[in-house]
Amino acid sequence: MSEPLLALERVSVHYDRFRALHDVDLTVGAGEIVSIIGANGAGKSSLLRAIVGQAPRIDGTIRYDGAELRGRATAQIVRSGVALVPEGRRLFPSLTVEENLEIGSSIGRPGEVTLSEVYAYFPVLEQKRRQLARDLSGGQQQMVALGRALLANPRLLLCDEISLGLAPLVTNELYEIVPALAKRGIAILLVEQDISRSLAVADRFYCLLEGAVTLSGRPAETPRETVTQHYFGLWKR
Amino acid sequence: MNAAGLVNQLLQGILVGGLYALYASGLSISVGVMRFVNIAHGDLIVLVSFLLLTLTASLRLPLPLAVAVALPISFAGGYVLQRWLLQRVLGKGILQIVLVTFGLSVIIQNFLQGTYGADTRRLSGSGFETATIALPGGIGIGVLPLTIFVVAAALIFVLDRLLYRTRVGAQVRAVSDDVEAANLIGLAAPRIYAIAMGVVGVTVCISAAFMSVWTNFDPTSGPDRLLIAFEAVVLGGLGSLWGTLIGGIVLGVAQAVGAQFDVSWQLLAGHLVFLAIFLIRPQGLFPRY
Repeated sequence: MSEPLLALERVSVHYDRFRALHDVDLTVGAGEIVSIIGANGAGKSSLLRAIVGQAPRIDGTIRYDGAELRGRATAQIVRSGVALVPEGRRLFPSLTVEENLEIGSSIGRPGEVTLSEVYAYFPVLEQKRRQLARDLSGGQQQMVALGRALLANPRLLLCDEISLGLAPLVTNELYEIVPALAKRGIAILLVEQDISRSLAVADRFYCLLEGAVTLSGRPAETPRETVTQHYFGLWKR
Repeated sequence: MNAAGLVNQLLQGILVGGLYALYASGLSISVGVMRFVNIAHGDLIVLVSFLLLTLTASLRLPLPLAVAVALPISFAGGYVLQRWLLQRVLGKGILQIVLVTFGLSVIIQNFLQGTYGADTRRLSGSGFETATIALPGGIGIGVLPLTIFVVAAALIFVLDRLLYRTRVGAQVRAVSDDVEAANLIGLAAPRIYAIAMGVVGVTVCISAAFMSVWTNFDPTSGPDRLLIAFEAVVLGGLGSLWGTLIGGIVLGVAQAVGAQFDVSWQLLAGHLVFLAIFLIRPQGLFPRY
């Protein structure tokens, strides 16, 4: 097997004296969908923040496309093709939908993703393109956040809690496009609290508990019972 | 007072408003869009006035050429100031940026006093500043004030387009909205704000050029300019560049009308009108946020 697009080796993240992530090994290949599951505070967001260089202290190695990401500025990492859909969407509220989306293309890797493609995925955004981001519903805001990351033309897409606070129907709509993106060769790393949603779409998964990987594998080959036990840390007993 | 006199005064007031808008335009970007208070804004204008004085008096450059030389210097100055000084204290609370820019204001004033002395100066516009256009009915319009007004309106038009119609403008507003989100998604806030401050530097240079021909300046003129600029920005509403132009005109007209009653009332009238409008409409006339 050729080298994976992203490979984390013994990655730890510290916030002051608190260790959020502990010796994590993880890989994502091109076109692969990998899910990180874990309860609140398991270190899922810290993992994504470490990849884009937004954690205070990172140890270990983070290899992306054959090069070390650790120590690089976020802007540089994003330009090399790593895009983040941050937790809580983090749109720019006083900018219009289209301006928010265009921010994505201005920060990203040069490439072929266009506004009209994003509008094809989410037609409602085209109708609302001149509206301010703060006037959209939560689901529409999440579409803009995902579209903004896509316009950065990523080879690796990091999604932090896309379903957070959204109605199941809206989440479905967002998750529908994930396999299509993987088919285009984009590597996708999903962070989710919703286990079933996350496992349904993923090729492989990692389960985090208190900052460490306790289980990894393929959803189809792993009994659901085992996943649940590791998710809640019950297998210890 | 007769009708022509009144029209004349109002006209002068409106044109003076153009000058106020000119030096408030940069502050409108830093306070209204970038969201920080730059106490040294007026002193930066005076600093560039002295730079122009050196270029014209010592190097004997004609004023337009001196401005052409000073423009890139002002852009670079704004860029560097933001990148290496102001950006370090942004987001750390309102007090830090006020203290740093207040310190900068004191440093600039003392530097200018030490280098140029306390004398009052003026740049020569070679006759341009005294030319007048006579209109029927005994109304006269100064060529310089009219030029300044047109330049102010043009500058505000360009800045408004730049901020609200271009990608760089959207990036500046994005950083202003949520600097942490900008950093998280790889939008380099320090560089974008440095570019924005470079643009402020350009407005500072343009206003320094016109102001130094129209009025006297000395090393301590900065704070007065800041006060007027601040009033124009707040009156107009934060984030609105056209609002700043209107704010400047309101102040100019208020001063002109005040001066009709008593010359010593001129400045006070402007401040009183500002206070009155501020009390009724604290968000300003045309707030954009």
